[in-house]
Amino acid sequence: MSLSALFVLIMLGATVTYMLGRSRSLALANNLGGIRHLHSLPLYYGAQAALWCLIPCLALLAIWVAFDDSIIRQIAIQYLPEDKQNLAPQELSLLLNTIENIAGGVTSLKATPEMQAIADRVVSLQRLSSILLSAIVLSSLVLLSGWGWSKVKPEYRARNSVEKTFMIFLLGCSTLAIFTTVGIVFSVLFESIRFFEIIPLTDFLLGTQWSPQTAIRSDQVGSSGAFGAIPLFTGTMLISFIAMVIAVPTGLMTAIYLSEYANNKVRVVVKPMLEVLAGIPTVVYGFFAALTVAPMIKNALHGLELSLLSFSIGPLDVSGESALAAGLVMGVMIIPFVSSLSDDVINAVPQSLRDGSYGLGSTQSETVKKVILPAALPGIVGAILLAVSRAIGETMIVVMAVGTAARLTANPLESVTTVTVQMTTLLIGDHEFDSAKTLAAFALGLVLFVITLGLNFFALRIVKKYREQYD
Amino acid sequence: MENNTITDINDIKETVGIPLVDNAKMSMRDVDVFYGEKQAIFGVSLDIGVNEVIAMIGPSGCGKSTFLRCLNRMNDTIEICKVTGQLHLEGQNIYDSKLDVVPLRARVGMVFQKPNPFPKSIYDNVAYGPRIHGLAARRADMDEIVETSLRKAGLWEEVKDRLHQPGTGLSGGQQQRLCIARTIAVSPEVILMDEPCSALDPIATAKIEELIDELSENFTIAIVTHSMQQAARVSHRTAYFHLGKLVEVNETEKVFTNPDHSLTEAYITGRFG
Ligand SMILES: Nc1ncnc2c1ncn2[C@@H]1O[C@H](COP(=O)(O)OP(=O)(O)OP(=O)(O)O)[C@@H](O)[C@H]1O
Ligand SMILES: [Mg+2]
Repeated sequence: MSLSALFVLIMLGATVTYMLGRSRSLALANNLGGIRHLHSLPLYYGAQAALWCLIPCLALLAIWVAFDDSIIRQIAIQYLPEDKQNLAPQELSLLLNTIENIAGGVTSLKATPEMQAIADRVVSLQRLSSILLSAIVLSSLVLLSGWGWSKVKPEYRARNSVEKTFMIFLLGCSTLAIFTTVGIVFSVLFESIRFFEIIPLTDFLLGTQWSPQTAIRSDQVGSSGAFGAIPLFTGTMLISFIAMVIAVPTGLMTAIYLSEYANNKVRVVVKPMLEVLAGIPTVVYGFFAALTVAPMIKNALHGLELSLLSFSIGPLDVSGESALAAGLVMGVMIIPFVSSLSDDVINAVPQSLRDGSYGLGSTQSETVKKVILPAALPGIVGAILLAVSRAIGETMIVVMAVGTAARLTANPLESVTTVTVQMTTLLIGDHEFDSAKTLAAFALGLVLFVITLGLNFFALRIVKKYREQYD
Repeated sequence: MENNTITDINDIKETVGIPLVDNAKMSMRDVDVFYGEKQAIFGVSLDIGVNEVIAMIGPSGCGKSTFLRCLNRMNDTIEICKVTGQLHLEGQNIYDSKLDVVPLRARVGMVFQKPNPFPKSIYDNVAYGPRIHGLAARRADMDEIVETSLRKAGLWEEVKDRLHQPGTGLSGGQQQRLCIARTIAVSPEVILMDEPCSALDPIATAKIEELIDELSENFTIAIVTHSMQQAARVSHRTAYFHLGKLVEVNETEKVFTNPDHSLTEAYITGRFG
């Protein structure tokens, strides 16, 4: 029986169990003289019985599916001739893949008779597994359903029990997120440790040279690259700084205008428009940066350069891929982020404070400056920090608009590179996962993660502290 | 059951009693207020005399706050709110389109139902208004304004050692007195109070009532209250509102002992509201 059919059957079984449990509780209630003699409503008895057969059956199905293949694989190894069993792990797995493909009916492969024989046995194993699974799942479905049905008693506290199950389910969902995070952190951490075994931590964090060219063959010249990450971080900071210079004032002013000055008609139009801005995929911003803004800056500066030359001032070195272009576009991208967060914070300032200020005869701008902004400041700082961490982690725009030359500079007209750009370039292409070059991406990722985590941590704490003040 | 003396609201044609006085500080004529399509105040005419304390009472939702907020144009902050009629402060039309609301609100101050000190120090709370209006040239002048305002609000002794601590750290009653100090720091001529004691305990309430009594020597005060004892204790005249109409205005004593209108009587005897 196919998996999907089994799944449907389990669902069906659970539904039937629900109805059985419900009708049994109704029948019991009738004998006792009304639903109020039951501890819980009939629906809870049904739900409890259904959950009791649904959860174990689904768990069984999931576990079986998870381990099915690897167990069959282990058995298949036993069928292999002695010499093949002792192959290196990679070759062994290649061989097993071939066998599985043959078993799966890929006819283009030329199968030796003995491989064909093993493949046949694998096929029969798979069939057996499937039958076993169906049998076990279906029988436990029936048994559990009956058991759940028999548990329906007037004094049984089904309502509380359903509540608890629901809570455990919710808990499970949230732990999933936590485990994923932990998993990501550890996978990045372990790869980074491998990197730091090759390149010392101090060289990485304090070095000012970045040219991650390791040799593909060991006899190549210049086989050891330089892994000093400082230019990358300064590049990131430069671009983020430009972005914040654009986004913070604009976003904040937008928020102030929308929450304090704009009348309803304007708000209704502008707010969704800002949200649209936030919904544009970053790739599109990348196009905009690379194709529109960067050439524009270049042309503008070219004109400036010509006019400067006539005063015999040294030429400006204008690169097509300037940090300025990427920073500008990134800033525009972050505006809605800053404005909607600040808008929330400003709206959370109680109306009574505004009334108090207006009641004393202050104008709107005085109220904004002297009452609303000071009251909202911690929240706004939090919003800005969140925006910074967003800017630091942004990849697409910089990949498209920024070069890959790791230059240690504060000149926004030069091309720089950022941490995220380097990570992508390091990982694109065919590289083994144990060269310093690829591992460097993990180390960069780790540092980036630590930085944004720290920023978010502080930002959220500030926002939270601020919320407590007024709630 | 009582025999039904409550007349139909449509029978209220005009205000009974003495809504108009000779030496009026503020005088309102035929004031209508609309929230969008909905009318909240119907043709109210009322005078508020110089240095008078006038109490406004009436069942919840009858438009007391709405009317009060017309007197310093606080209703302007509500987008859908429209006010028509004549409202004059010392003969000057306060809804004149050429009139600047900012100085108006400095002349007609307001104290709100819930104490709303700014999240600033006690000193800065009181100094807020004078700073905006440039009332003090030097630091010493400001210190003096702060001290006299706090003294008038009866708060000075309690806070003189902690002027630079946050105003939000005071008790509810102290906060409300701080808000009163903040209001009188800009030397308004009229003070509007919308249920200033409803968030306070009886002792804090008694303090504020005492304060209102003292303030009435220098200021004209309009106070909205739900407590009839409070109205009786602090006010000279009492205005009774009902469903957006001004039913009766009379000497406070008369309103609470022998009201002219049956609706007023029904309300003060607690038959509805
Ligand atoms: N911002 C507003 N928008 C729309 N309608 C409003 C608004 N404020 C008040 N109203 C309406 O105007 C009427 C009068 O309200 P108002 O707040 O003046 O009553 P009140 O006498 O102060 O009542 P309370 O004693 O409960 O404070 C009510 O019907 C109310 O629903
Ligand atoms: Mg009110």
